Amino acid sequence: MQNVVKQEIMALAGDQAVAYAVKQSDVDVVAAYPITPQTIIVEKFSEYVADGEVETEFVCVESEHSAMAASISASATGARAFTATASAGLALMHEMLFVASGCRVPVVMAVANRALSAPLNIHGDHSDSMAQRDSGWIQLYAENAQEAYDSIIQAFRIAENLDVLLPVMVGLDGFTLSHTLENVEALPDETVKDFVGVRKFPNVLTHEGKTAPFRLDPANPMTMGPIALQNYYFEFKRQQEEAMENALTVIQQMNSEYAKISGRSYGNGLIEAYCLEDAEVATICLGSTAGTMKTVVDDLRQEGVKAGLLRLRTFRPLPVEAIRSALANVKAVAVMDKCISFGGNGGPVFHEVRHLLYEATNRPYVVNYIYGLGGRDTSPVELRSIYENLQGILQAGRVETPIQYLGLRD
Amino acid sequence: MTKQDKNWKEIAPAGVCSKSSSGFLTGDWKTYTPVRDPEKCTRCLLCVLFCPDGAIHWYPDKGDIEFDCSFCKGCGICANQCPTNAITMKLEQE
Repeated sequence: MQNVVKQEIMALAGDQAVAYAVKQSDVDVVAAYPITPQTIIVEKFSEYVADGEVETEFVCVESEHSAMAASISASATGARAFTATASAGLALMHEMLFVASGCRVPVVMAVANRALSAPLNIHGDHSDSMAQRDSGWIQLYAENAQEAYDSIIQAFRIAENLDVLLPVMVGLDGFTLSHTLENVEALPDETVKDFVGVRKFPNVLTHEGKTAPFRLDPANPMTMGPIALQNYYFEFKRQQEEAMENALTVIQQMNSEYAKISGRSYGNGLIEAYCLEDAEVATICLGSTAGTMKTVVDDLRQEGVKAGLLRLRTFRPLPVEAIRSALANVKAVAVMDKCISFGGNGGPVFHEVRHLLYEATNRPYVVNYIYGLGGRDTSPVELRSIYENLQGILQAGRVETPIQYLGLRD
Repeated sequence: MTKQDKNWKEIAPAGVCSKSSSGFLTGDWKTYTPVRDPEKCTRCLLCVLFCPDGAIHWYPDKGDIEFDCSFCKGCGICANQCPTNAITMKLEQE
């Protein structure tokens, strides 16, 4: 591509890549509280602040609830705000996550995905962010540190788009990505600054009868997120749903626009189809597992197995049409969940994928694999066994065990 | 809901108020009404400061306070704070 700029290859762990992306994104306020495995993001960024490399106001808060409250408030004044958390920190933010999406503040947050207590576990799984799936936040999941870097930069544009105005969380697998050093291609500072640009605001009618930009400003007082009861609350929620639908388009646009300057894109921004065109058996997964899964697919293809992979990059909004059309010719699908929905008959990704396939013309067999809880390693051999199981299902013509536990001792 | 209520496409995001709350008479909610004994009242204005609804006004020209019962929710904080017990809360129907 002719406009791709020259980039610097840096050795960065996922957390450092996120901090570097934030440093370049002209962020006004960062309010964060350190928690493993997100800690490096906060540490690294506070170094940038201490060394005068950024003009960002760094707010040391006493908890994640406050981190989110401060981020919401900063964003409401028109500032560009960022925070980061993981696991119990994200759980403590729960209440404020709904305030952020309801107040339509475009906060961007990195979530270094980690298991929830008890028992205490600091390693990577998706229990934390999946538990927040209905909080009204856009959710992107990165496959590697490079994508974490790229997605943070894109996230500001997605969140701040006037047709969206929703907060965005970018998930990166705890330790597997957050603490693992990779070669990351970083764009020049000016390129990122130009890409993210300056925040714009829609005009709204205020209680004084004035038309003013949608931000807290003493010159144009307005109230955001006050009481709305039986007569209006429902209407505001419908607006948020519309914004999510609009995000499906904006995420794809940002993926293409970013590809022009960086040379990198992630499928269509919503999903990444890997060897899916003629695949008979396929898996669906989020995050870093996709990297391992691709090598397994490559091996199987060498052996003549029509194997494929659908990586879900965007989980919220759920790209229903994109998933349905990518799986149109697949005969058996295994949905991977690095999360468990107790008593829910399968994991959250499984529920949603099987639900959207109800209206597919050719409905494939769909099975669920719960895996990697508490950061348990998932080997290529184990991933390969999934495809073997799918082939067995096709031969038998039926599913014996719809929900399985991969790598569990039993 | 009334026919004047707007649909979801017509309203500003995030519940931004397009009307002042001055037309929303929260005084309708109350069960108890503050009644003041002007003889006991020293005009210390503690009630004005403590009223969570800003429903007690000080008029310097009159040298006196007045309750705005359109916005008084009847919480009784004024009566509780009054150092001379000049304010008592009376059931509305009394």
